[in-house]
Parts: sequence; C-alpha cells; structure tokens
Amino acid sequence: MSNSVPPSTSQQVSLWRRLTDWGATGFAILAAILVLVPLLAIFIYLVIKGIGSINWAFLTQTPKPPGEVGGGMANGIVGTGLILCVASVIGVPLGIGSGIYLAEYGRNRFGDVIRFTADVLNGVPSIVIGITVYSLIVVRQKHFSAFSGGVALGIMMIPTVARATEEMLLMVPNMIREAAYGLGIPRWRTTLSITLRTASAGVITGCMLAFARVAGETAPLLFTAFGNQFWNLKLNQPTAALSLQVFTYAISPYDDWHKQAWAGALILILLIVGAVAAVRIVTARGRLKGA
Amino acid sequence: MSDSVDPMNTPEPIEPLPKPVTSIPSLGKVEAPRSAPKSTVLQKIRQSHPSSSRIPDEIFRWIILLSAVSVFAIVVLVVWKLVDKSRLSLHQFGIHFFYGHDWDPVNDSYGAMPFIYGTLVSSFLALLLAVPLSVGVAVYITEMCPQGLRAIISFLVELLAAIPSVIYGLWGIFVLAPLLRDYVQPFLAKTLGWTGFFSGPMYGLGMLAAGIILAIMIVPVIASITREVMSAVPQNQREAVLALGATRWEMIRMGVLRNARIGIVGGVILGLGRALGETMAVTMVIGNRPEVAKSLFAPGYTMASVIANEFSEATGDMYLSALVEIGLALFIVTLIVNALARLLVWSITGGTARPSV
Amino acid sequence: MIRSLRVLVCIAVLASCAWAQTALNGAGATFPYPIYSKWFIEYHNLNSNIQINYQSIGSGGGIRQVQAGTVDFGATDGPMTDEQIAQSKVKVLHVPTVLGAVVPAYNIPGVNAELKFTPDVLADIYLGKLTKWNDPRITKVNPGVNFPNQNITVVHRSDGSGTSYIFTDYLSKVSPEWKSTVGKNTSVKWPVGIGGKGNEGVAGTIRQLPGSIGYIELIYALQNKIPFGLVQNSSHNFVKASLESTTAAAAGVKMPADFRVSITDPPGKDAYPIASFTWLLIPTNPADANKGKILKDFLFWMLDKGQTMVEALSYAPLPKDIAAKEKAAIQSQVKP
Repeated sequence: MSNSVPPSTSQQVSLWRRLTDWGATGFAILAAILVLVPLLAIFIYLVIKGIGSINWAFLTQTPKPPGEVGGGMANGIVGTGLILCVASVIGVPLGIGSGIYLAEYGRNRFGDVIRFTADVLNGVPSIVIGITVYSLIVVRQKHFSAFSGGVALGIMMIPTVARATEEMLLMVPNMIREAAYGLGIPRWRTTLSITLRTASAGVITGCMLAFARVAGETAPLLFTAFGNQFWNLKLNQPTAALSLQVFTYAISPYDDWHKQAWAGALILILLIVGAVAAVRIVTARGRLKGA
Repeated sequence: MSDSVDPMNTPEPIEPLPKPVTSIPSLGKVEAPRSAPKSTVLQKIRQSHPSSSRIPDEIFRWIILLSAVSVFAIVVLVVWKLVDKSRLSLHQFGIHFFYGHDWDPVNDSYGAMPFIYGTLVSSFLALLLAVPLSVGVAVYITEMCPQGLRAIISFLVELLAAIPSVIYGLWGIFVLAPLLRDYVQPFLAKTLGWTGFFSGPMYGLGMLAAGIILAIMIVPVIASITREVMSAVPQNQREAVLALGATRWEMIRMGVLRNARIGIVGGVILGLGRALGETMAVTMVIGNRPEVAKSLFAPGYTMASVIANEFSEATGDMYLSALVEIGLALFIVTLIVNALARLLVWSITGGTARPSV
Repeated sequence: MIRSLRVLVCIAVLASCAWAQTALNGAGATFPYPIYSKWFIEYHNLNSNIQINYQSIGSGGGIRQVQAGTVDFGATDGPMTDEQIAQSKVKVLHVPTVLGAVVPAYNIPGVNAELKFTPDVLADIYLGKLTKWNDPRITKVNPGVNFPNQNITVVHRSDGSGTSYIFTDYLSKVSPEWKSTVGKNTSVKWPVGIGGKGNEGVAGTIRQLPGSIGYIELIYALQNKIPFGLVQNSSHNFVKASLESTTAAAAGVKMPADFRVSITDPPGKDAYPIASFTWLLIPTNPADANKGKILKDFLFWMLDKGQTMVEALSYAPLPKDIAAKEKAAIQSQVKP
C-alpha cells in the first residue's frame, strides 16, 4: 500500500534512528523468512516422504493387517469423500441460508445475535463438536457412522460459509436489487437468481475455504466416523477417513505405516491445496459478477 | 473508516473516503454497509408489488430465517449437551474440579488443573513466538514487500492455515521432536538452564514442541488479520508521518501500528482462541502426561488432548462426565476469548472482518 | 450451485443404497489387534459378504462402547470388574481368544543385550524411585552390560488400556507399595512418565525416545525389533516372553465359569510372569439376531481354524480344554 511513498532519506536522520530503521526492516524480513521456513520444510518433507510411498496399491487397496507390508488407503480416500459429501450437503445450504438472512434481513438485534452465534460456533473447538455429535447421534443411533462424521464437519462449515455469503451479498450494489424489483420480480426470486448469482464467485470461495478447513479435520471424527479397515459406502456404518488413518498410522510403530502416513498426508494436502488454489482462481476472476 | 482511528493520535480529521463498492480490496473492507437493502426506493417498490407475490416471499423469508436459527440452535444444543453430560461431575466435584491436581481413574477422583495449565502454557508459549513473527510478516507484506512477491507470500501464509493439524502433528513427531531433542534442547539447557524453564530430561516431545507447533499454526490467523487491519489504516496517515521526516520504521510504528493496535490485539486473541482448542497436532507432540511442571521440556497434557485420548474409552460414568466437563470448560474459555476478539475486531473494522480461513 | 448440490444429494443417496453387505463393528483392546485384524481379514476373504470392522481404541473403550451399544462386540485385556458388570445394562460373555505376553521394552543407546528385570526393579522404575539406567540395582543383575549414565524415561499408555491392566495387575501382585499407592485398572494415575496412545503409540514413543522403557505386547516388540527384557518369575528364574513361556503361564490355571481370570505372576518355573488371556465381549442377547448369528459363526471359526494362525503372530493359542469349554458356553449362553 505504501510502496509508492519513498521512505525519508533526509541527511539529518540520526544514526540511532537509521539503525532502528534497519533493525526493524531486518526483523520484518527475518519474520517473513521464519514463517515461510516451516511451511517449506513441511512441504518438502511431505513431498519427499510421500511421493515414494504413493503407488497403485496405495490408491486402490485397503489396509493390510499390522506388520504386513503393502496395502493402501483407498477406503480412507473414499471415506473422506463420503464424509465431505454429507458435510457439504448440510453445511453449504444452511450456511448460505444463514448468510442470506444476515445480509438481506438481518439488520436488527436478532441478526446481531445470529452473527455473534455464528462467530461463537466458528470458535468452538472441533473436539467439542465431536462430543456433542457423539452424544446426540452416535449414542442415540447406537452406532458410529459416516453420517455422524459428516454432521460434525457440516456444523463446522456453517459459520464460515454464512459469514462469507453475508459479506459477498453486502457487496452487491443496491442498484441491482432496485432494478430487479422495478421489473416486478419478487424478492425471493431477486435474492436467489440475481443477488446471490451476482455474488456467486465470492460465495463459492467461502464454501471452498470451509471445505478446505474441514477436509483435514481429525478430532471430531475420532468418535463419530470411527474408522474402518474395509470398504464402506454406507452412511450408517463406520467409515475410514484419510485424516484418521494418517493419525493412526503416524503414532504406530510400523515403518511401513509411517511411510503410508506420509503418503496419506500428501494426498490430503493435495486435496486441500487444490481447493485453495481453486479459490484463488475463482477470486482472480473477480468476487462479483457484472458488478 | 473513521472509527478505526484513535482520535488521540490523529492530529487532523480524516477525510471520508469515497465508497466505490467494486474496488473493495479484501475482506477487511470497512465501507460495506451493515445490511444491504436500506434504500427507500426499495421500500417503495416493494410496497407497490401486488400482495399475491408476497406469499412466496414470506415462505422464502421463513426458510431463510430457519437456517439462520439453526446456527443458534446448534450452539444451544452444544451447550445443553455439555452441561447435561457433565452434570454428574459438576455435582460431585464442584469448583474443586478446576484446581484439583488429581486425575485418577482408579479412585474416580478428577481434577482438571494439569490440563488447564497445559492448555494455557502451550497457548501462551505459542503466542509469545507467534505474535512478533506475525506482526513482522504483516509489516513486511503491507509496507516493504515488492509488489510481485506480495501475492505469493500472502498466498503461502494462507496455505499455512490450510494444512490440517494432523499433518502438523506428523511433522512434529518425525521432524520437529528429534530436532528439538538433539540440537535445540541441549542448547537451551546449556544457556538458559539456570532459569528452571529449560531443564530436566530432554524428550523432544513436550510442552516446548507443542508451543512451537501451535505457534506455526496460529501465525497465519494473526498475520492475516494484522495485514487487513494495517491495510485499513488510511494512506494519509502514513504520508503525514513521513512528511514530518520520519524513517520508514518510525512511519510504521507511529502511523500504522499505533492506529491498528486494537485490531492487532483482536487478531492475537483470535489466534489464542485457535490455539486453546487445537487438538490433534498437540496430542501428537505434547507427551500426554497430566502434570504441572515448571520446565518446558517436561511433557504436559491439554484439555483438548485428554478428550481426544480418553473420551471414547472412559469406562466409568464419572470418568466420562469429568471429560465432558473439561469440554465444557474448554468451550467457555474459547467462547470468552472469541467474543473478546470479535468485539475488538468489530470495533475497528465496522463489523464484517473475519479471518480468511 | 443448485445443480452441484443436486449431484451431491444423488451421490449420497446412491452411496447409501449400494453395497448390500453385512457389516459388524467391534472395538477395544489394542493388545490383540494384530491377530484380530488378521482374523477379520481372513474371515472376509472366506465369506466375502461379511465385514467385521475392528478398531483398536483401547480396552476401556471396548467395555464402554459395548455397554453404550454403539458396537456389536467389544474386546478387552482386563476382564470387566464385578462393579462394571453390576452396572452394565448389556449382559456380555467374556470369550478368551488368545494368550499374550506384555514385555518391558526399552531403547537405551549402546545397549543391545537382553536385559534382566527383577519385579522390584520394574515396580520402582514405574514408581519413579529408580531414575538412572546405571543404577546399581539394575547393573547388579545385568553383569557385563555397559549402561550409560542416562535418565530412565518411563512410557505408559495414555488411553484406557488392557495392557495397562495386565501390567498394573502384575505390579500390584509383586509390589505392595504399588498396590497401595497406584492399584490396578485399565487407566491409573501414573507416578511418572509420558503417555502414548495405544500399544502402537507406546511402541512408537519408545522408538523415538533414547533412554526410554515401556510395556507393550510381545508382538509389537518383535515386529518393530525393539529389544525387550527377561522378567524374573515367582520361582526366581529369569524368563523371556515366548509362546512356550506364555503357554506355561496358563498351564496351571483353573478356569472359572465366566472366564474372568488373572494369570499374572503364576507359579511354574518356566512361566512368564506378565501374561494374560485377552477377551472378546460378546453381548449374550444381541439387538440384531442376524448379526448375533454371524458373530457366533465367527467365534466357532476363531476357536477352531483361527487358533492355527495365532502362533505366526507370537500369541499363544488357547489350551484345547479351554477352547472346548468356551464353545459350550457360547452355544448355551449367546442368543440366538
């Protein structure tokens, strides 16, 4: 923002002030490097360790018994997909709905309450959501399930999606709404087909960010999705998940499982980076259509 | 914009900025209205619509209201479940639960102090490391960085926020812990061992490892908010300070950081909220031992980790209830921390800012 | 956006309809996880329409989840206590499956020898009274081993664990101080050390930490090539955990009708002292009769064919008479 403004180069600047300036500049650069180093370290390590362990078997097979070499995480990859489907089916409509409410109707006390609650929900530790879903769904249904895992992650998606939707809708100029009303289009139609549509790029960004945030979640799945060593496509059965399997394998003592944990982590991160990159592309196209 | 600036530090009134809606740069935009359809034109047009079209409108309104209420309902459900399931332990131990040191499933005696201590120490350690770094990065990105590099660095920092915690844990176990054990901890013990914070056996795993992992995880949260708040500081603030002959650092300190400080504190608290609730990465590196130890080398335990480790396998009802009570305590702490952070961030950005991930 | 939602819903519906298989779920002990996992995968290969999913979440979890009815069966290494049985709404039958040994495994830089542990040394290490590897009490029984002057890092389980139950049961029998200050349970208040989740977690932590000692099931030590020590038994012989010494521990046991029995610190000069049966917890009146039938079929297979697979994984098979007694009990007590 300030690049256009040249820093002061006056000769009256004392040595001490120049030194602190250099020191501060140096610190800022150092901070940037220090922050980026772990990121690069994690990435490079992940790629080196992971890529050697990703093979056809890893992507197509289910786990072998502990101690036996081979097998893969195919069921975990599918399980993560299944759980994320359920999460999206729950989180995206509820989130967008709440976002529309906040933006279009929420200019009152009640709207403030909802806005605050959404922020509270955003801050609730994932493990606490896990406890709640366990006692609400798992104990009641008497079995661990992919569905309950999806619900837990779906709940975590709602606030992110809601706030993003609200923000984007608020950016849509009132002129557009006025024009639509002026043409006699009812309000619901205006909101869905015109306002939301105009803001769709930004809303999709919000959804993808929420998706990326929950895709790697492990804690709430420990006692909802539970894990499974076989294929599972049923919503009412326990299911494997990539993040759960990475956790189990990481703390295990088996070298082969460690390798697979790195491979699983690499796949997981590719999934998430893919989502974030998609967000970037959408964002680059502009947050508002035609505005 | 004007509410973001402390009047004590602004010698002259700030001109209101123009409000071109399309040019809003990022999530931190300050000009967005609190709610969209305020226009009186809209009211008039709406009234002129035939009443027959209001029925679908009403239905739509109710559906939308319902989904908004669901957010509220979920939070209420969470609280209710936590209170309901921890009733046994709340009743049995009362306030003693929070300062008791005992965690003894054999005798059904539970105290949460070691977990509360572990959570607080690891989180504050994380803040200690993360705050200067985050502010440094934000300063670098907004004030010093060449244009081309700026997008790349902020993308990378955002990426840091998107890495799942289980992967941080994986890296923590296999890379960070051995590194700490073999190099960092012997060095710290030699130079700072006399303080008592860096003494005792070196496992690698422990409070220090947890603090470092948490710091890496919360840097993006704090940095992105700091960056947003700093961008919100009007350009003429900078120009004014520079015109008085300040160096770049003095300009940043007096013109930018001072004006952005409330927002930065908000971001820090938000990062604290994230650190307090973080589970998997911490569980994997902290050593899982319920103990209040002065040394940062010692293993510890956090509230979130004890739930992750023991919740699905607690045998007795009291045991389970005690674990849920820890969950309740964790919820309340994060609630307070988050509320505080939001209030601060709202007060500076006018109500719409939030972390980008 | 609406179209993509529709696609998602379709996928979800399709997914829930597909795959008409019978899936059973069990959870519990990590101690027998390698053999259970082997059995369930072999059984699935024999009967491709049956999937038995087993998650090793710890014995405490096995007991808890079977009582909550969230799994079809549980598994534990420490039998349920009388109190737990009295409180339990779900009546279960304890079905011993294999015998296993818990070994003191260690990671001492420069020491590859098989160490010898006396009961009081083990108890004092876990009580935190013995803190150095070169303590005279350790070096005295291990002549010729060059111990470093290194702190002992104790590793224990962080979750509710049957392995902990077996180990603390043993320590309670050999050390009065342990019995009075700590006691035996699936989770206890450990005087010292750091916690690892599951046998896997403890073994993993031992490998990562120089100077550490931990207790793990024999197979985890063997598979990971972690050195483990000999333990002195009640006849003052140092015995190494093995199939034979574990079987010897079960030799003199008098099996009660409900199969809940402890065989730690047994008599017999070749018996390994930290050994135990491990049990499946089978609800006697299953909510789903079809699943109950499948589980019964599996149990008979396990007591027959399954027993031939256990030695390859270093578990000791059940003595023949006990297996026969179990079959009779399953037939008569477990519905349908």
